[in-house]
Amino acid sequence: MNNLIKGEKHDWEMVIGLEIHAQVKSNSKLFSSSSTKFGSSPNSQVSLVDAAMPGMLPVINKYCVVQAVKTGVGLNAKINNYSVFDRKNYFYADLPQGYQISQYKYPIVGEGKVTIDFKDGTSKDIRIVRLHLEQDAGKSLHDQNPSKTYVDLNRSGVALMEIVSEPDIRTPDEAGMYISKIRSILMYLDTCDGNMQEGSLRADVNISVRKPGDEYGTRCEIKNLNSIKFIKQAINYEAKRQIEILESGGSIEQNTMLFNTSTGKTRPMRNKEEAHDYRYFPDPDLLPLEISKEEIGKIKSLIPELPDELKNKFIETYKLSNYDASVLTAEKQTSDYFNETINSDPELKNHAKIVVNWITSELFSLLNKNNQDLNNSLVSPENLGQLIKLISTNEISGKIAKDVLEDMFSSGKTARQIVDEKGLQQVTDQGEIAKVIDEVIAENPKMVEQYLAGKDKLLGFFVGQAMKLTKGKANPKMLNDILKSKLK
Amino acid sequence: MKIDKNTINKIARLSRIKLDDKESEDYIKDLNSILDWVEQLNEVNTDNVEPLSNISSSILPKREDVSNDTNSSEEILENAPDKLEGFFAVPKVVE
Repeated sequence: MNNLIKGEKHDWEMVIGLEIHAQVKSNSKLFSSSSTKFGSSPNSQVSLVDAAMPGMLPVINKYCVVQAVKTGVGLNAKINNYSVFDRKNYFYADLPQGYQISQYKYPIVGEGKVTIDFKDGTSKDIRIVRLHLEQDAGKSLHDQNPSKTYVDLNRSGVALMEIVSEPDIRTPDEAGMYISKIRSILMYLDTCDGNMQEGSLRADVNISVRKPGDEYGTRCEIKNLNSIKFIKQAINYEAKRQIEILESGGSIEQNTMLFNTSTGKTRPMRNKEEAHDYRYFPDPDLLPLEISKEEIGKIKSLIPELPDELKNKFIETYKLSNYDASVLTAEKQTSDYFNETINSDPELKNHAKIVVNWITSELFSLLNKNNQDLNNSLVSPENLGQLIKLISTNEISGKIAKDVLEDMFSSGKTARQIVDEKGLQQVTDQGEIAKVIDEVIAENPKMVEQYLAGKDKLLGFFVGQAMKLTKGKANPKMLNDILKSKLK
Repeated sequence: MKIDKNTINKIARLSRIKLDDKESEDYIKDLNSILDWVEQLNEVNTDNVEPLSNISSSILPKREDVSNDTNSSEEILENAPDKLEGFFAVPKVVE
């Protein structure tokens, strides 16, 4: 695979690392009992701790610790028995404490790795440096008033997991696949809801470019990207910007950038004259977090089957390709759906590839077109299984099955009901098909002449006519065979 | 370690505290004497000693993951110098 991008003068390689911020799925915040619910009225879920009233003390939520450990296990990472909460000091209107409680030198989770799978069947490991727990900040709204910024502290103090990767990523696509994979693991573990629109999962991207084989170049960090599309756009733009500077003899200034989602461009943040100086130090309000081996063992026993394990199981049990299996297991609801479909009839196990295709191409395209989600689709796994059974037993043709699926999708009826009501059973009666063919031949003497004179392409025309007469129900293979034998 | 004028200005800026020249001079003197006093600790050999985050030997108390449903907005905004539609309103800080 060629990962290089062409500049004016030579080829360049991107070097990319991601810091992913994933909101922990929990009822209450990391250090207070306020609710974490999204979309409530402003400042309605703010305790005196979250508002940093003097004298308030943080008390850690034990479930958030469990969630972080689970995630660490899911990232094949080392869980640290001892970690420390530090204060990261900076001033911003949506940070009432004047510092964020985070983990600096001693994070709860250490080195790990995740694997991404490419379409061509190959895969690649992306190494994880660490995962640490920290508080989210409040939310600032800048566009509600010409002279004021509005601040909502509902999000202030919600637990975040920051997952930092090594700079192992080389293309915008790999970055997209990496964040999808992380999202998938988090959702299987149920440690984050993965909702990127609501900001439950967002990323900072570090990027530099170099000539292949050179040392790493100077990097820039693009802050706060909340969709895979924007991540790819921002990387592409930023890499091009850096290459243009370097090729015209300039040098890259290490900078924190913002990505403008409407122009697709990056620009440096304004207040850069003062390099960040966070003055981290251990939070005197919090003792170190210690987790025993027994506790870690107990948490490990709660871990469900993860996408990679499930993927390997699918490959082994159903002889699926690595790519098909990775598409199926990317989202938990998809793998659940596949499992339920294929287990709805013992026969279907022999048609696994067909089941995959009907889910990932036919059903997915209907869902996309109608902006629906697998979870609220009217097509139940059992019904899809029934439809596929009708195809595999030759009761209906694959072409008709597509229409049936559309009907199932909008009406919620079963495949059987629709086929019976509309009389869509495939015609497999030799005599009946032969009769239709005779009719077509009789009606088109000129065409027959031309065909017999060597115009082979006309076979399609006869097939089409016969299909029209049977309303598409003739078994295509039988139709072809009989037609060929009659037109000799 | 010695605190000079530059350092004191930097610390003041990071803390958002405005100091005049006289105050700067006073703080330089005070902070240096504090640091000198603390420097005495350097006389102790700490090779092979893990840094200590806390002097208490008790363990970190933890809470259950239970949220309370009280609507906090009125109480939280009570002391806000400026508020609008349930939000704190602050001078524009758009980046």
